[in-house]
This record gives sequence, C-alpha cells and structure tokens, in this order.
Amino acid sequence: MLGYYFDLALRSLRRNKMLTALMVVAIALGIGASMTTLTVLHVLSGDPLPGTSSTLFYPQVDPRDMDGYEEGKRPPEQVSWVDGMNLLRAKRADRQALMTGGAVPVQPAQSNIDPFFSDARYTSSDFFPMFKVPFLYGRPWSESEDGAKARVVVISRTLNEKLFGGKDSVGQTLRMKDTAFQVVGVIDLWRPSPRFYDLNMDSYGSLEDVFVPLSTARDVHFEHSGSTDCWGTGGGDEEHAETSPCVWLQFWVQINDSGKVAAYRDYLVHYSQEQKALGRFQRPPNAQLPGLMEWLDINKVVPGDVRLQTWLALGFLLVCLVNTVGLMLAKFLRRAGELGVRRALGASKREVFAQLLVESGVIGLAGGFFGLLLAFVGLWLVRKQPSSYAALAHMSSGMLLVTFLLAVGATLLAGLLPAWRACQITPALQLKSQ
Amino acid sequence: MLQIKPILAALKRHKAGTILIAMQIALTLAIVCNAIFIIHQRLDRVQRPTGMVESDLMTIQNRFVGTEESKAGPLVKADLQALRQLPGVQDAVALNSYPLRGGGWSTGVRTDPDAKNSKGHTTQYFGDEHTLPTLAVKLIAGRNFRADEIVEADPQAIPDPAVIIVSKALAEKMYPEGSALGKTIYIGDSKSPSTIVGIVERLQVPWNGTWSDTFYENSLIQPVQLTSAFTNYVIRTKPGQLADVLKAAPAALVKANRMRVIPSERGVRTFAQVREAAYKGDRGMAILMGVVCLVLLGITAAGIVGLTSFWVGQRRKQIGVRRALGATKHDILSYFLTENLLIGIAGVLIGAFLAVGMNLWLVTQFEMARLSAVYVVVGVIALLLLGQGATLAPAMRASRVSPVEATRSV
Repeated sequence: MLGYYFDLALRSLRRNKMLTALMVVAIALGIGASMTTLTVLHVLSGDPLPGTSSTLFYPQVDPRDMDGYEEGKRPPEQVSWVDGMNLLRAKRADRQALMTGGAVPVQPAQSNIDPFFSDARYTSSDFFPMFKVPFLYGRPWSESEDGAKARVVVISRTLNEKLFGGKDSVGQTLRMKDTAFQVVGVIDLWRPSPRFYDLNMDSYGSLEDVFVPLSTARDVHFEHSGSTDCWGTGGGDEEHAETSPCVWLQFWVQINDSGKVAAYRDYLVHYSQEQKALGRFQRPPNAQLPGLMEWLDINKVVPGDVRLQTWLALGFLLVCLVNTVGLMLAKFLRRAGELGVRRALGASKREVFAQLLVESGVIGLAGGFFGLLLAFVGLWLVRKQPSSYAALAHMSSGMLLVTFLLAVGATLLAGLLPAWRACQITPALQLKSQ
Repeated sequence: MLQIKPILAALKRHKAGTILIAMQIALTLAIVCNAIFIIHQRLDRVQRPTGMVESDLMTIQNRFVGTEESKAGPLVKADLQALRQLPGVQDAVALNSYPLRGGGWSTGVRTDPDAKNSKGHTTQYFGDEHTLPTLAVKLIAGRNFRADEIVEADPQAIPDPAVIIVSKALAEKMYPEGSALGKTIYIGDSKSPSTIVGIVERLQVPWNGTWSDTFYENSLIQPVQLTSAFTNYVIRTKPGQLADVLKAAPAALVKANRMRVIPSERGVRTFAQVREAAYKGDRGMAILMGVVCLVLLGITAAGIVGLTSFWVGQRRKQIGVRRALGATKHDILSYFLTENLLIGIAGVLIGAFLAVGMNLWLVTQFEMARLSAVYVVVGVIALLLLGQGATLAPAMRASRVSPVEATRSV
C-alpha cells in the first residue's frame, strides 16, 4: 500500500513541477540554514571534557577592599597569588591546579629556525592528570619539581614536530628566554573546546605550545598575559605580582565525590572569614564554587553572534514551514475532486490521510536531502571565516541524523493540517459538483 | 469600487489558507525588520572613521628577543631612525597600540584629583612628536608635542606626563562647558596634573567591540617613548609607495637587527588590512542577515504567488460568471489585489507587534539597541507592496478569464 501511495505522490508532485520545486527549495533552505547554525552552536557549547567535567570546579573568593562593594555581585573571575597558593597548598580537593597564561621567547638550537614566541601556560603539576591531558611521550612534571622551581617543560605535539622533527624529545634541552629547560613530556593532540581553563584567552583557540611550572615561570620572569585586575594601590606590576592586590591566576579543583562539594564551599567561606579576621579581606565572605559547565554559562562563552544566527535560522525555517503548509493545503484542497472519487470508491479517511502524509513526507525527504547538502556548503563557508572556532565547524554523525529527522519531521508536521483538512471532504458533495 | 464585503465572505471559506498567508507575512515582517535593523547597526559601526588618513598607512608588529623586556629603548630608537630614512617613508612612529588594533591600554581620568570616581574613560596612546604627522589626525586646537617634551619610559613605571594631547570627544567629556585647551586632567589615580596642549578632531580607541561603544572616541596621547621589547611601528608612506615600503620596511628592520620576531601572520599589514580584519565579523553578519532577508522575502512572495494561483484556478467558474454578469477585467484584478491587501494588512498588524516583541527579547539576550519605529513602518510598506506585486501575475491571469467559462463545467 505504501508503495502505491509513494507512486501516487510522485505522480502528483510531477504534475505541478514549479510548486513542488518551490516547496522543496523552501524546506531545503530552511533546513540548510538551521543545521549549519545549530551545528556551529552545538560544537561551541559542547562539553570540553566529557566524562570529567562534572568533577571540575572553579573556586572563587572575594579579596577586594570595600570600594565599589555591592551586595550580591559575583567575586572576581580570578584569584590572587596569595589566595591561589593558600588554596593550592591546603589540598582540600582531590586535585587542584593554579595557573596563568603567557608568551615565551623560544630560541631553537637549530640555526635555520629564527627565534619565535610561543603561547605558554604556567601551572602546577595536577593540571595534567586533572584535565586528563594525553601524553605522546614522557610524563608531567612532579609536585616536588613544582616546589624546586625545576627548569622542566612539557611541550605540545605541534612544537615537538617543529623543533624535534616529531621524535621522542624527552630529556632534550629547550632554550627559552636564555634559560635551558629539560623536556619531560610531549602532549598528544588535545584540544578541549571551549578552552575552559582560562577564558581570558581565545576560548576556541588551539592549545598552548609550552607548559612550565608556575613557580619556575615566576623565577625566570616569564611574561604573564591575560587579564590582571587590581584594586586599592595595586599597580599590576609584573615584578611584585606575588604581593600586590591583584587577581591574575586561575584556580581549578577536582572533587570526585559530589557529596564533598558542599564541604569545599564551606571551606572557602571559612577561608574567607579567616582572611577577614587577619585583615586581608574586607568584604563579607563571598565564596562561589561553580562547576565547569556552569562557569562556561556564567561567562557566556558562546559568541553572541553565533546564538543570534541560530535564532535567525530557526525563524527562517519557521517561515519556510508556514509557507509549505499553505502551499500544501491549497494543493490538497484543489484535489478535492480526485480525493472525493477515492473516498466514494471505498478508501477510508485514514487511507486518504496516509496517502497525503506520504506525499508531504516525500517533499520532506527531498527537502532534507538538499538541506543537508546546503548545510555542508554552509559549514564549509563557516570554516572559511577567520574566527578561531571556524576550524571546529564539522558535521557529526549525531547532527546528521538530527538534520534528517528535523527535515522529515518538520514536513510531516507541516503536512498534518492540510492532509487532515483534505480528508474531511464529503465525497457526495465533491461528486455532485463535478 | 472596493468590494470588501464579498471578499470577506469569500475569505471565510478559505480560513486556513488566509491565516497561513497572514502568519507568513507577520513572521517575515518581524524577522526582516529586526535583521535590517541589525544590518544597519553593523554597517554604522563598520563605517565609523578612525580620525586618521588611512591611505598610505601601514603597521609592523615587532618584538625584540634576547633583550630584557623593558630595556629595548635604544633598539626602538634605532629602528625608528632606520624606518624614517627609508625612501618612500614619510614618517614613522612606535606606539603601544593604534585604532582598530584590538588590544591596548585604557584608564579612568578625572578633573579633580580627590574625586572618588573617574569622570571619563579613555584609551592611552604613547608616542613621540611624530605621532600626529604619521597618523595624520587633524589638530583642531593647540599644538603638537615638542621634541624636548618626549620622555623614555619603562611601561611598568610611566611618569605622569606634564603635557598631553586629547581627542575632541574626551575634551568635551572632561570639560563639557567649554574649551579644554590649557586645562588639566589627572590620569588614573595620579595626583599630578597633566595639561592639555592639543586637541585632535577625532582618534578612535584600539577596540571595536560593543563594550567600548561608550568611549570609542575618547583618546589621549602621552609624550612617552616606551622602552618595551614589544612595539607597533606605524608608518606613513609617500603617496603611492605603500607597496614598496610594505616589502622594504620589514627587510630594513631585519637587516638592522636579526634578534626580533615579526609574526608572519598579521605582522606586517596595510591599514586597509587592519580595518578589514577588525570588522570582518560585523561585515560577515551583515551579509548573512542581508542574504537571509532576501531569501525570506523571495519565499514569501513565491508562497503568495502559489496560493493566489490556486485560488484563481479554483474560482475560474465564478470569475466567468462575474464577467458574464458585467464585471470588467479591472474589477476582477482589483478583487484579487484587494483580497491580498486585506490579508496583508492583517499580517503586518500582527507582524509589527511581533517585530517589536522580538526586538525586546533580543535586547535582553544580546547587546542590542531598541528597534526604531522607522524600520517597522518601512517594513510594513515593503511587505504590502511585495504582496501586491506577487498577486499581480495571478490576478492578471484571473482578469483574462473569458465570460464563456461560466457556461463550461470545470
């Protein structure tokens, strides 16, 4: 029966080619635009560390003075050196890492490569196991190396290929800012997106090339980049960054047992009270402990333009669907005579309904197919854009399925009203008017 | 002339189709109004002048390596000398940043050193007496810096300048009552005054994001040559020699001193490239919105054509009867046009509310301004015209139905 309906649908669609083309094109454009933007949105708002992200938290305390104090406002987005070190050393969570970004001058041993600057991350040893960073060669540095301000470095696979031809470079020497560092590890391809751990940096940029212990970076005066917010008499002076009243570091903790999250929050409040008693903090304790995904949400990481485009595309799809409903309604009602004959010859309402739905389904399939092609073209265009997230815009198998379901589902939905109206026709009236 | 009553009676028999067309017109109006509003906002932003003469202007981003971070003063000086001596170069200057670069310094400024809050927000440019001629910004009052006023300074410890040059926007912000020339302001938390010796007509800040909209022309230039290892050279070439200098300038710098990094991407750029990069996102968004608007209008028009054609086909017999009873071709044409106008008016009325509602929602979600009524009015007129235009072809066909149709069955 379905085969017969399918045949009928094709005949009917062929009879009015312009109209069929119009409906298919409208649906294809709507689906193509929506799927392009939805895929970009999906990629950008995804979980950077699936499976681990629920155990990662971003502790915040408020060390500022009373200037500009407003109740209910969030604490600063970063921590100061003193608080970061205190919380790091307290080890109240399963793992914790303190970090900041920077850029270091790399001086290759080869004379044919000019010196260049690499993006760097200065952090503590837990960074690697906490964020499940995959290693190609070697290992992270240890906690004792953190304490000893050891001249050790972990480099990215990209940098390893550039400097060491992709070979196992563990044990080799890398000169940065006239200081010799020993390579202890090479990170395999790893690109959490968004790059959640430091939102001052390009959120969808590629991984830093150089990782050195934070203590070492301070010791050899590596330049810090990112934002530095100061209050009171703080001047953001690099040399005295440890003591000045400025926040410039990110602090992350891993808490595996969800029951212990509240305890950690209490600890942060307790810490704030203690610091206030010591006279360091002046504001009432304001401790926050957002989870990773919550932190991304609070900071509106997904670019506004991308969200705007998604809404625009969905609105566009809606107009295309309304358009299709209107055209299909007119088309089905026009065939009232034909349908009347079928009804009179014994077809039940349900059968006529099914026949018409098959017809709209065929339009949906065709629209979905062309829409998918358009979405691939759209994503290709997005990848041509200069934005840092451009390279990430790829269709996944999940989104592929969603596209098709959306196309067929939307058209079937659009076919429901016209088909229902058309099968309400009283056969006798139609036959009489002939 | 207008046969509104019979039209309404006929439309009652096509409720679903009528409602669908009206809905489509309403949604299209709402989306198009907001999209065009966004396009207009973006284009306004893209066309903002920097205040500089942007032709024959180029930039080089330079970073010395192997020197201490803040001890590059002599190197920068040597570079500037080399650049200024190049044939084809009119003038050159080393700045911490320049308009549309994307990163720079900003600070609060006050007119009263004891005031708790700053009176205005501004960007800070640091450069020598060549800054004004190189950027070719227009000095509208006062004078340029003198060579003896320029000091060398470590970026970590910049002394409070005795003299500064400000943009007109900043001057008016600080001294709304009149000429700021010769008056003093206090930069940041500083307690020592800086005297305004010159006012330039316009100088944009390095940023172009919406967050900087409140102070995007507030600039001040301090007579300071920074000694940091990271600098931006801005070079004005002699007319028409930009292409040559684009190659010669970085080559001359590398020849003078190899211990430097000039990034291969974005390292050497003409100002036209700087501008294009700065506004690429806005331009892309405007183009996308424009395309979506056009396609949307096209689809809505096609939908109206399709549905009206069906209605015409359905009513051939009735049209024939009317023609046989004495209705002119013109009567039939105006019947369908009026019908569309009625549906269109219903659609745009709903659409106008939708457009405003959608804008109010967008304002809460994105950094956006309120939609002005002009857009809605223009959108309403455009959609009504579009509807009439789309109806015209099927309506003409209807008017050509011969009275003989009345006597035929189907």
